[in-house]
Amino acid sequence: MMVELTNIEKRFGDHTVLKNVSISVAEGSVMALVGPSGGGKSTLLRCMNLLEIPTSGSVEVAGDRLEFQSGVRVGMRQIQLLRRHTGMVFQNFQLFPHRTVIENVTEGLTTVLKWPKERARERAIALLAKVGLAHKTDVWPSTLSGGQQQRVAIARALAPSPKVLLCDEPTSALDPELSGEVVDVLAQLAREGTTMVMATHDLRLASRIANEVTVLDGGVIVETGASRDIFTKPKHERTRRFIATLTHEGHMHGEGI
Amino acid sequence: MPHWLTLMLESLPSLLWAGLIFTIPLTLLSFMFGLAVGLSAALIRLFLPGPLAAIVRFYVWIIRGTPLLVQLFLIFYGLPSVGIILDAFTAALIGFTLNIGAYTSEILRAVISSVPKGQWEAAYSIGMNWRQAMQRTILPQAARVAVPPLSNTFISLVKDTSLAAAITVPELFQAAQRIVATSYEPLILYIEAALIYLALSSVLSSLQARIETRLNRYGGFLEARS
Repeated sequence: MMVELTNIEKRFGDHTVLKNVSISVAEGSVMALVGPSGGGKSTLLRCMNLLEIPTSGSVEVAGDRLEFQSGVRVGMRQIQLLRRHTGMVFQNFQLFPHRTVIENVTEGLTTVLKWPKERARERAIALLAKVGLAHKTDVWPSTLSGGQQQRVAIARALAPSPKVLLCDEPTSALDPELSGEVVDVLAQLAREGTTMVMATHDLRLASRIANEVTVLDGGVIVETGASRDIFTKPKHERTRRFIATLTHEGHMHGEGI
Repeated sequence: MPHWLTLMLESLPSLLWAGLIFTIPLTLLSFMFGLAVGLSAALIRLFLPGPLAAIVRFYVWIIRGTPLLVQLFLIFYGLPSVGIILDAFTAALIGFTLNIGAYTSEILRAVISSVPKGQWEAAYSIGMNWRQAMQRTILPQAARVAVPPLSNTFISLVKDTSLAAAITVPELFQAAQRIVATSYEPLILYIEAALIYLALSSVLSSLQARIETRLNRYGGFLEARS
Protein backbone atom coordinates (compact mmCIF):
# COMPACT_ATOMS: atom_id res chain seq x y z
CA MET A 1 0.00 0.00 0.00
CA MET A 2 1.20 3.50 -0.78
CA VAL A 3 -0.65 5.04 2.16
CA GLU A 4 -1.74 3.05 5.17
CA LEU A 5 -3.28 4.63 8.25
CA THR A 6 -4.09 2.28 11.10
CA ASN A 7 -6.33 2.90 14.11
CA ILE A 8 -6.05 6.66 13.83
CA GLU A 9 -7.53 8.62 16.66
CA LYS A 10 -7.44 12.41 16.69
CA ARG A 11 -8.66 14.51 19.58
CA PHE A 12 -8.71 18.28 19.93
CA GLY A 13 -9.11 18.73 23.67
CA ASP A 14 -12.29 16.87 24.61
CA HIS A 15 -13.51 16.68 21.05
CA THR A 16 -12.73 13.47 19.16
CA VAL A 17 -12.53 14.18 15.42
CA LEU A 18 -11.38 10.74 14.25
CA LYS A 19 -12.28 7.52 16.03
CA ASN A 20 -10.22 4.47 15.27
CA VAL A 21 -10.00 5.10 11.53
CA SER A 22 -8.02 2.75 9.30
CA ILE A 23 -7.63 3.37 5.61
CA SER A 24 -5.27 2.28 2.87
CA VAL A 25 -4.61 3.61 -0.59
CA ALA A 26 -2.94 1.46 -3.22
CA GLU A 27 -0.21 2.79 -5.47
CA GLY A 28 -1.65 4.42 -8.58
CA SER A 29 -5.18 4.67 -7.26
CA VAL A 30 -7.24 7.73 -6.46
CA MET A 31 -9.15 7.81 -3.20
CA ALA A 32 -11.85 10.38 -2.50
CA LEU A 33 -12.75 11.14 1.11
CA VAL A 34 -16.33 12.39 1.17
CA GLY A 35 -18.89 13.14 3.83
CA PRO A 36 -20.58 16.05 5.58
CA SER A 37 -18.49 18.98 6.82
CA GLY A 38 -17.04 18.28 10.23
CA GLY A 39 -17.12 14.56 9.47
CA GLY A 40 -13.34 14.30 9.71
CA LYS A 41 -12.30 13.96 6.06
CA SER A 42 -10.02 16.97 6.06
CA THR A 43 -8.41 15.99 9.36
CA LEU A 44 -7.83 12.46 8.06
CA LEU A 45 -6.20 13.83 4.92
CA ARG A 46 -4.00 16.13 7.00
CA CYS A 47 -2.91 13.17 9.14
CA MET A 48 -1.43 11.65 5.96
CA ASN A 49 1.24 14.37 5.73
CA LEU A 50 1.25 15.03 9.47
CA LEU A 51 0.03 18.61 9.30
CA GLU A 52 -2.19 17.11 11.98
CA ILE A 53 -0.43 14.78 14.38
CA PRO A 54 -2.69 11.86 15.28
CA THR A 55 -3.34 11.39 18.99
CA SER A 56 -2.70 7.69 18.44
CA GLY A 57 -2.37 5.20 15.62
CA SER A 58 0.16 4.67 12.87
CA VAL A 59 0.80 6.40 9.59
CA GLU A 60 2.71 4.74 6.78
CA VAL A 61 3.51 6.48 3.49
CA ALA A 62 5.65 4.92 0.77
CA GLY A 63 7.12 2.38 3.17
CA ASP A 64 8.02 4.81 5.99
CA ARG A 65 6.01 4.23 9.10
CA LEU A 66 5.47 6.31 12.24
CA GLU A 67 3.65 5.26 15.39
CA PHE A 68 1.82 7.79 17.53
CA GLN A 69 0.75 7.50 21.16
CA SER A 70 -0.60 10.18 23.41
CA GLY A 71 2.17 11.62 25.56
CA VAL A 72 4.95 10.50 23.21
CA ARG A 73 6.44 13.13 20.94
CA VAL A 74 7.66 12.09 17.52
CA GLY A 75 10.74 13.95 16.26
CA MET A 76 10.39 16.73 13.68
CA ARG A 77 12.98 15.07 11.46
CA GLN A 78 10.99 11.85 11.18
CA ILE A 79 7.82 13.79 10.52
CA GLN A 80 9.59 15.68 7.76
CA LEU A 81 10.98 12.54 6.17
CA LEU A 82 7.52 11.05 5.93
CA ARG A 83 6.03 14.34 4.79
CA ARG A 84 8.47 14.54 1.89
CA HIS A 85 6.74 11.56 0.28
CA THR A 86 3.65 13.75 -0.07
CA GLY A 87 2.58 16.91 -1.84
CA MET A 88 -0.46 18.91 -0.86
CA VAL A 89 -2.99 21.11 -2.61
CA PHE A 90 -5.05 23.37 -0.34
CA GLN A 91 -8.57 24.66 -0.57
CA ASN A 92 -7.37 28.29 -0.58
CA PHE A 93 -4.34 27.55 -2.80
CA GLN A 94 -1.87 29.08 -0.31
CA LEU A 95 0.60 30.13 -2.97
CA PHE A 96 3.51 32.18 -1.63
CA PRO A 97 2.34 35.70 -2.54
CA HIS A 98 5.84 37.19 -2.37
CA ARG A 99 7.20 34.82 -4.99
CA THR A 100 6.44 34.70 -8.69
CA VAL A 101 4.65 31.74 -10.21
CA ILE A 102 7.85 29.97 -11.18
CA GLU A 103 9.49 30.74 -7.82
CA ASN A 104 6.52 29.12 -6.11
CA VAL A 105 7.23 25.95 -8.04
CA THR A 106 11.03 25.97 -7.63
CA GLU A 107 10.94 26.86 -3.92
CA GLY A 108 10.76 23.27 -2.65
CA LEU A 109 13.42 22.12 -5.10
CA THR A 110 16.00 24.80 -4.33
CA THR A 111 15.36 25.37 -0.63
CA VAL A 112 14.57 21.85 0.54
CA LEU A 113 16.20 19.54 -2.00
CA LYS A 114 19.08 21.96 -2.76
CA TRP A 115 18.73 21.55 -6.50
CA PRO A 116 20.79 23.93 -8.61
CA LYS A 117 18.69 26.89 -9.80
CA GLU A 118 18.83 26.04 -13.49
CA ARG A 119 17.70 22.46 -13.04
CA ALA A 120 14.84 23.54 -10.75
CA ARG A 121 13.79 26.11 -13.31
CA GLU A 122 13.67 23.54 -16.10
CA ARG A 123 11.50 21.23 -14.02
CA ALA A 124 9.22 24.10 -13.02
CA ILE A 125 8.75 25.17 -16.62
CA ALA A 126 7.85 21.62 -17.59
CA LEU A 127 5.33 21.37 -14.75
CA LEU A 128 3.78 24.75 -15.52
CA ALA A 129 3.41 23.69 -19.16
CA LYS A 130 1.71 20.53 -17.96
CA VAL A 131 -0.90 22.52 -16.00
CA GLY A 132 -1.31 24.89 -18.94
CA LEU A 133 0.44 27.91 -17.46
CA ALA A 134 3.70 28.05 -19.39
CA HIS A 135 2.86 31.65 -20.34
CA LYS A 136 2.50 32.80 -16.72
CA THR A 137 5.89 31.86 -15.27
CA ASP A 138 7.01 35.32 -14.23
CA VAL A 139 3.84 36.94 -12.91
CA TRP A 140 2.74 37.44 -9.30
CA PRO A 141 0.17 34.93 -8.04
CA SER A 142 -2.18 37.79 -7.12
CA THR A 143 -2.68 38.53 -10.83
CA LEU A 144 -4.04 35.03 -11.56
CA SER A 145 -7.61 33.73 -11.41
CA GLY A 146 -8.48 31.21 -8.72
CA GLY A 147 -8.35 28.31 -11.17
CA GLN A 148 -4.92 29.40 -12.39
CA GLN A 149 -3.67 29.79 -8.83
CA GLN A 150 -4.82 26.30 -7.98
CA ARG A 151 -3.06 24.90 -11.04
CA VAL A 152 0.17 26.62 -9.95
CA ALA A 153 -0.37 25.08 -6.51
CA ILE A 154 -0.65 21.64 -8.15
CA ALA A 155 2.62 22.25 -10.03
CA ARG A 156 4.27 23.36 -6.77
CA ALA A 157 3.05 20.23 -4.97
CA LEU A 158 4.30 17.97 -7.78
CA ALA A 159 7.72 19.61 -8.12
CA PRO A 160 9.60 17.44 -5.62
CA SER A 161 8.06 14.29 -7.24
CA PRO A 162 6.00 13.19 -4.23
CA LYS A 163 4.75 9.61 -4.06
CA VAL A 164 1.26 10.79 -3.11
CA LEU A 165 -0.65 13.95 -3.96
CA LEU A 166 -3.06 15.06 -1.22
CA CYS A 167 -5.82 17.47 -2.21
CA ASP A 168 -7.87 19.23 0.46
CA GLU A 169 -11.09 20.46 -1.16
CA PRO A 170 -9.17 21.50 -4.29
CA THR A 171 -12.21 22.96 -6.07
CA SER A 172 -14.35 24.32 -3.21
CA ALA A 173 -13.06 27.87 -3.43
CA LEU A 174 -13.73 28.02 -7.18
CA ASP A 175 -16.73 28.86 -9.32
CA PRO A 176 -17.99 25.85 -11.33
CA GLU A 177 -16.49 27.09 -14.60
CA LEU A 178 -13.08 27.64 -12.99
CA SER A 179 -13.16 24.39 -11.07
CA GLY A 180 -13.45 22.60 -14.42
CA GLU A 181 -9.90 23.49 -15.40
CA VAL A 182 -8.61 22.17 -12.06
CA VAL A 183 -10.62 18.96 -12.39
CA ASP A 184 -9.14 18.46 -15.88
CA VAL A 185 -5.59 18.75 -14.57
CA LEU A 186 -6.27 16.33 -11.71
CA ALA A 187 -7.96 13.90 -14.10
CA GLN A 188 -4.91 13.90 -16.32
CA LEU A 189 -2.67 13.19 -13.31
CA ALA A 190 -4.96 10.31 -12.35
CA ARG A 191 -4.70 8.85 -15.87
CA GLU A 192 -0.92 9.00 -15.61
CA GLY A 193 -1.05 6.87 -12.48
CA THR A 194 -0.44 9.49 -9.79
CA THR A 195 -1.53 8.19 -6.39
CA MET A 196 -3.97 10.74 -4.99
CA VAL A 197 -6.12 11.22 -1.95
CA MET A 198 -8.64 14.03 -2.00
CA ALA A 199 -11.05 15.32 0.59
CA THR A 200 -13.93 16.80 -1.33
CA HIS A 201 -17.63 17.39 -1.47
CA ASP A 202 -17.43 18.05 -5.20
CA LEU A 203 -19.20 14.99 -6.62
CA ARG A 204 -18.18 15.87 -10.15
CA LEU A 205 -14.54 15.70 -9.05
CA ALA A 206 -14.95 12.52 -7.01
CA SER A 207 -16.99 10.62 -9.58
CA ARG A 208 -14.77 11.59 -12.49
CA ILE A 209 -11.41 10.94 -10.92
CA ALA A 210 -11.62 8.66 -7.92
CA ASN A 211 -11.68 4.90 -8.27
CA GLU A 212 -12.24 4.46 -4.56
CA VAL A 213 -14.41 6.39 -2.17
CA THR A 214 -14.44 6.49 1.61
CA VAL A 215 -17.42 8.09 3.34
CA LEU A 216 -16.66 9.67 6.72
CA ASP A 217 -19.24 10.94 9.15
CA GLY A 218 -18.86 11.79 12.80
CA GLY A 219 -15.20 10.76 12.79
CA VAL A 220 -15.81 7.18 11.64
CA ILE A 221 -15.75 5.46 8.26
CA VAL A 222 -19.34 4.78 7.21
CA GLU A 223 -18.56 3.00 4.00
CA THR A 224 -15.67 2.42 1.65
CA GLY A 225 -15.53 0.89 -1.78
CA ALA A 226 -15.22 1.35 -5.52
CA SER A 227 -16.54 4.76 -6.51
CA ARG A 228 -19.14 3.52 -9.00
CA ASP A 229 -20.65 1.26 -6.30
CA ILE A 230 -20.76 4.02 -3.69
CA PHE A 231 -22.34 6.53 -6.02
CA THR A 232 -24.83 4.20 -7.71
CA LYS A 233 -25.73 1.67 -5.01
CA PRO A 234 -24.64 2.89 -1.59
CA LYS A 235 -25.11 0.25 1.10
CA HIS A 236 -25.70 2.58 4.00
CA GLU A 237 -28.57 4.91 4.61
CA ARG A 238 -26.20 7.68 5.74
CA THR A 239 -24.25 7.46 2.49
CA ARG A 240 -27.46 7.53 0.49
CA ARG A 241 -28.72 10.60 2.30
CA PHE A 242 -25.36 12.34 1.94
CA ILE A 243 -25.16 11.68 -1.79
CA ALA A 244 -28.76 12.80 -2.20
CA THR A 245 -27.98 16.17 -0.58
CA LEU A 246 -24.98 16.63 -2.86
CA THR A 247 -26.77 15.81 -6.11
CA HIS A 248 -29.61 18.03 -4.98
CA GLU A 249 -27.18 20.89 -4.39
CA GLY A 250 -25.56 20.12 -7.71
CA HIS A 251 -28.89 20.44 -9.55
CA MET A 252 -29.64 23.65 -7.74
CA HIS A 253 -26.39 25.05 -9.11
CA GLY A 254 -26.97 23.49 -12.49
CA GLU A 255 -24.10 21.02 -12.29
CA GLY A 256 -25.22 17.45 -11.80
CA ILE A 257 -22.88 14.51 -11.99
CA MET B 1 24.03 88.99 5.75
CA PRO B 2 21.67 89.07 8.77
CA HIS B 3 23.13 88.09 12.11
CA TRP B 4 21.00 84.96 12.51
CA LEU B 5 22.07 83.58 9.15
CA THR B 6 25.74 84.18 9.86
CA LEU B 7 25.40 82.42 13.19
CA MET B 8 23.60 79.47 11.64
CA LEU B 9 26.17 79.09 8.88
CA GLU B 10 29.06 79.35 11.30
CA SER B 11 27.65 76.77 13.67
CA LEU B 12 26.39 74.42 10.96
CA PRO B 13 29.66 72.47 10.50
CA SER B 14 29.97 71.60 14.19
CA LEU B 15 26.33 70.57 14.42
CA LEU B 16 26.57 68.42 11.31
CA TRP B 17 29.82 66.92 12.51
CA ALA B 18 28.28 65.99 15.87
CA GLY B 19 25.35 64.50 13.98
CA LEU B 20 27.64 62.56 11.69
CA ILE B 21 29.88 61.02 14.32
CA PHE B 22 27.37 60.61 17.19
CA THR B 23 23.69 60.96 16.27
CA ILE B 24 23.76 58.83 13.11
CA PRO B 25 25.99 56.00 14.42
CA LEU B 26 24.02 55.91 17.68
CA THR B 27 20.76 55.69 15.74
CA LEU B 28 21.92 53.05 13.27
CA LEU B 29 23.71 50.85 15.80
CA SER B 30 20.97 50.91 18.40
CA PHE B 31 18.32 50.24 15.78
CA MET B 32 20.27 47.30 14.36
CA PHE B 33 20.99 45.75 17.77
CA GLY B 34 17.52 46.65 18.98
CA LEU B 35 15.93 44.90 16.02
CA ALA B 36 17.96 41.77 16.76
CA VAL B 37 16.85 41.90 20.41
CA GLY B 38 13.27 42.58 19.32
CA LEU B 39 13.19 39.67 16.85
CA SER B 40 14.61 37.26 19.43
CA ALA B 41 12.13 38.48 22.03
CA ALA B 42 9.23 38.17 19.57
CA LEU B 43 10.23 34.63 18.56
CA ILE B 44 10.59 33.59 22.19
CA ARG B 45 7.16 34.91 23.04
CA LEU B 46 5.56 33.32 19.99
CA PHE B 47 7.22 29.93 19.97
CA LEU B 48 8.83 29.20 23.35
CA PRO B 49 6.24 29.29 26.08
CA GLY B 50 7.64 28.94 29.57
CA PRO B 51 10.05 30.84 31.82
CA LEU B 52 11.93 32.45 28.93
CA ALA B 53 8.73 33.99 27.59
CA ALA B 54 7.93 35.27 31.09
CA ILE B 55 11.34 36.96 31.28
CA VAL B 56 10.71 38.61 27.92
CA ARG B 57 7.29 39.85 29.06
CA PHE B 58 8.90 41.29 32.19
CA TYR B 59 11.57 43.06 30.11
CA VAL B 60 9.00 44.60 27.76
CA TRP B 61 6.88 45.66 30.73
CA ILE B 62 9.80 47.45 32.44
CA ILE B 63 11.05 49.22 29.32
CA ARG B 64 7.65 50.35 28.10
CA GLY B 65 6.53 51.40 31.55
CA THR B 66 9.44 53.70 32.42
CA PRO B 67 10.68 56.90 30.76
CA LEU B 68 13.59 56.57 28.36
CA LEU B 69 15.38 59.46 30.08
CA VAL B 70 15.16 57.68 33.44
CA GLN B 71 16.51 54.48 31.84
CA LEU B 72 19.48 56.38 30.41
CA PHE B 73 20.22 58.01 33.78
CA LEU B 74 20.04 54.64 35.52
CA ILE B 75 22.53 53.11 33.10
CA PHE B 76 24.98 56.00 33.01
CA TYR B 77 24.71 57.56 36.50
CA GLY B 78 23.17 54.67 38.45
CA LEU B 79 25.21 51.62 37.45
CA PRO B 80 28.59 53.02 38.64
CA SER B 81 27.26 52.64 42.20
CA VAL B 82 27.35 48.86 41.68
CA GLY B 83 30.73 48.99 39.98
CA ILE B 84 29.59 49.10 36.35
CA ILE B 85 31.14 52.13 34.73
CA LEU B 86 30.31 52.77 31.10
CA ASP B 87 31.39 55.60 28.83
CA ALA B 88 28.56 57.86 27.73
CA PHE B 89 28.23 56.53 24.18
CA THR B 90 28.13 52.89 25.31
CA ALA B 91 25.58 53.71 28.00
CA ALA B 92 23.39 55.49 25.44
CA LEU B 93 23.79 52.62 22.96
CA ILE B 94 22.70 50.09 25.59
CA GLY B 95 19.76 52.23 26.65
CA PHE B 96 18.47 52.82 23.14
CA THR B 97 19.04 49.19 22.13
CA LEU B 98 16.99 47.93 25.08
CA ASN B 99 14.31 50.47 24.27
CA ILE B 100 14.10 49.62 20.58
CA GLY B 101 14.22 45.91 21.43
CA ALA B 102 11.15 46.16 23.64
CA TYR B 103 9.08 48.23 21.23
CA THR B 104 10.01 46.30 18.08
CA SER B 105 9.41 42.96 19.79
CA GLU B 106 5.75 43.89 20.11
CA ILE B 107 5.59 45.01 16.47
CA LEU B 108 7.36 41.90 15.20
CA ARG B 109 5.23 39.59 17.30
CA ALA B 110 2.10 41.10 15.80
CA VAL B 111 3.27 41.03 12.17
CA ILE B 112 4.64 37.49 12.37
CA SER B 113 1.33 36.24 13.70
CA SER B 114 -0.51 38.20 11.00
CA VAL B 115 0.82 35.86 8.29
CA PRO B 116 -1.95 33.32 7.64
CA LYS B 117 -1.47 29.88 9.20
CA GLY B 118 -1.97 28.33 5.76
CA GLN B 119 1.37 29.79 4.70
CA TRP B 120 3.13 27.73 7.37
CA GLU B 121 1.26 24.67 6.18
CA ALA B 122 2.12 25.34 2.54
CA ALA B 123 5.79 25.70 3.49
CA TYR B 124 5.71 22.48 5.55
CA SER B 125 3.85 20.66 2.78
CA ILE B 126 6.75 21.15 0.35
CA GLY B 127 9.14 19.75 2.95
CA MET B 128 10.50 22.85 4.66
CA ASN B 129 11.54 22.70 8.28
CA TRP B 130 10.62 25.41 10.81
CA ARG B 131 13.65 27.56 10.11
CA GLN B 132 13.22 27.43 6.33
CA ALA B 133 9.52 28.21 6.63
CA MET B 134 10.29 31.14 8.91
CA GLN B 135 13.10 32.57 6.78
CA ARG B 136 11.71 31.98 3.32
CA THR B 137 7.97 32.23 3.77
CA ILE B 138 6.86 33.91 6.98
CA LEU B 139 9.45 36.64 7.63
CA PRO B 140 9.43 38.10 4.09
CA GLN B 141 5.66 38.50 4.29
CA ALA B 142 5.79 39.80 7.85
CA ALA B 143 8.48 42.30 6.83
CA ARG B 144 6.11 43.96 4.41
CA VAL B 145 3.54 44.61 7.12
CA ALA B 146 6.28 45.62 9.54
CA VAL B 147 7.76 48.45 7.49
CA PRO B 148 5.34 51.25 8.47
CA PRO B 149 5.42 50.62 12.25
CA LEU B 150 9.18 49.93 12.25
CA SER B 151 9.77 53.15 10.30
CA ASN B 152 7.84 55.04 12.95
CA THR B 153 10.05 53.55 15.62
CA PHE B 154 13.15 54.38 13.63
CA ILE B 155 12.15 58.00 13.04
CA SER B 156 11.27 58.42 16.72
CA LEU B 157 14.68 57.00 17.57
CA VAL B 158 16.52 59.61 15.49
CA LYS B 159 14.84 62.33 17.49
CA ASP B 160 15.11 60.52 20.83
CA THR B 161 18.89 60.29 20.51
CA SER B 162 18.88 63.96 21.55
CA LEU B 163 18.18 62.63 25.05
CA ALA B 164 21.73 61.28 25.03
CA ALA B 165 22.84 64.90 25.51
CA ALA B 166 21.61 64.55 29.08
CA ILE B 167 24.15 61.82 29.77
CA THR B 168 27.00 63.83 28.20
CA VAL B 169 27.09 62.28 24.72
CA PRO B 170 28.33 65.12 22.48
CA GLU B 171 25.71 64.53 19.81
CA LEU B 172 23.90 67.04 17.64
CA PHE B 173 21.71 68.61 20.30
CA GLN B 174 24.53 68.87 22.79
CA ALA B 175 26.66 70.59 20.16
CA ALA B 176 23.87 73.15 19.82
CA GLN B 177 23.72 73.59 23.59
CA ARG B 178 27.44 74.20 23.74
CA ILE B 179 27.26 76.94 21.13
CA VAL B 180 24.31 78.52 22.95
CA ALA B 181 26.46 78.66 26.09
CA THR B 182 28.90 81.00 24.35
CA SER B 183 26.69 82.82 21.84
CA TYR B 184 23.60 83.35 24.04
CA GLU B 185 21.37 82.74 20.99
CA PRO B 186 19.15 79.82 22.07
CA LEU B 187 16.34 80.62 19.64
CA ILE B 188 18.55 80.56 16.56
CA LEU B 189 20.63 77.55 17.55
CA TYR B 190 17.71 75.40 18.68
CA ILE B 191 15.76 76.22 15.50
CA GLU B 192 18.83 75.16 13.57
CA ALA B 193 19.07 71.87 15.49
CA ALA B 194 15.35 71.28 14.95
CA LEU B 195 15.75 71.86 11.19
CA ILE B 196 18.54 69.30 10.99
CA TYR B 197 16.41 66.69 12.79
CA LEU B 198 13.54 67.57 10.47
CA ALA B 199 15.74 67.04 7.43
CA LEU B 200 16.94 63.67 8.76
CA SER B 201 13.38 62.50 9.48
CA SER B 202 12.20 63.63 6.06
CA VAL B 203 14.93 61.68 4.30
CA LEU B 204 13.93 58.61 6.32
CA SER B 205 10.23 59.05 5.54
CA SER B 206 10.89 59.14 1.83
CA LEU B 207 13.09 56.07 2.20
CA GLN B 208 10.20 54.35 3.97
CA ALA B 209 7.87 55.19 1.10
CA ARG B 210 10.29 53.66 -1.37
CA ILE B 211 10.69 50.47 0.65
CA GLU B 212 6.92 50.16 0.96
CA THR B 213 6.42 50.49 -2.78
CA ARG B 214 9.02 47.83 -3.39
CA LEU B 215 7.53 45.42 -0.86
CA ASN B 216 3.99 46.05 -2.06
CA ARG B 217 4.70 45.07 -5.65
CA TYR B 218 3.22 41.59 -5.23
CA GLY B 219 -0.10 42.79 -3.85
CA GLY B 220 -0.41 41.46 -0.33
CA PHE B 221 -1.73 38.27 1.17
CA LEU B 222 -3.64 36.12 -1.26
CA GLU B 223 -7.23 35.46 -0.43
CA ALA B 224 -9.21 32.72 -2.07
CA ARG B 225 -10.55 34.21 -5.29
CA SER B 226 -12.25 32.64 -8.20
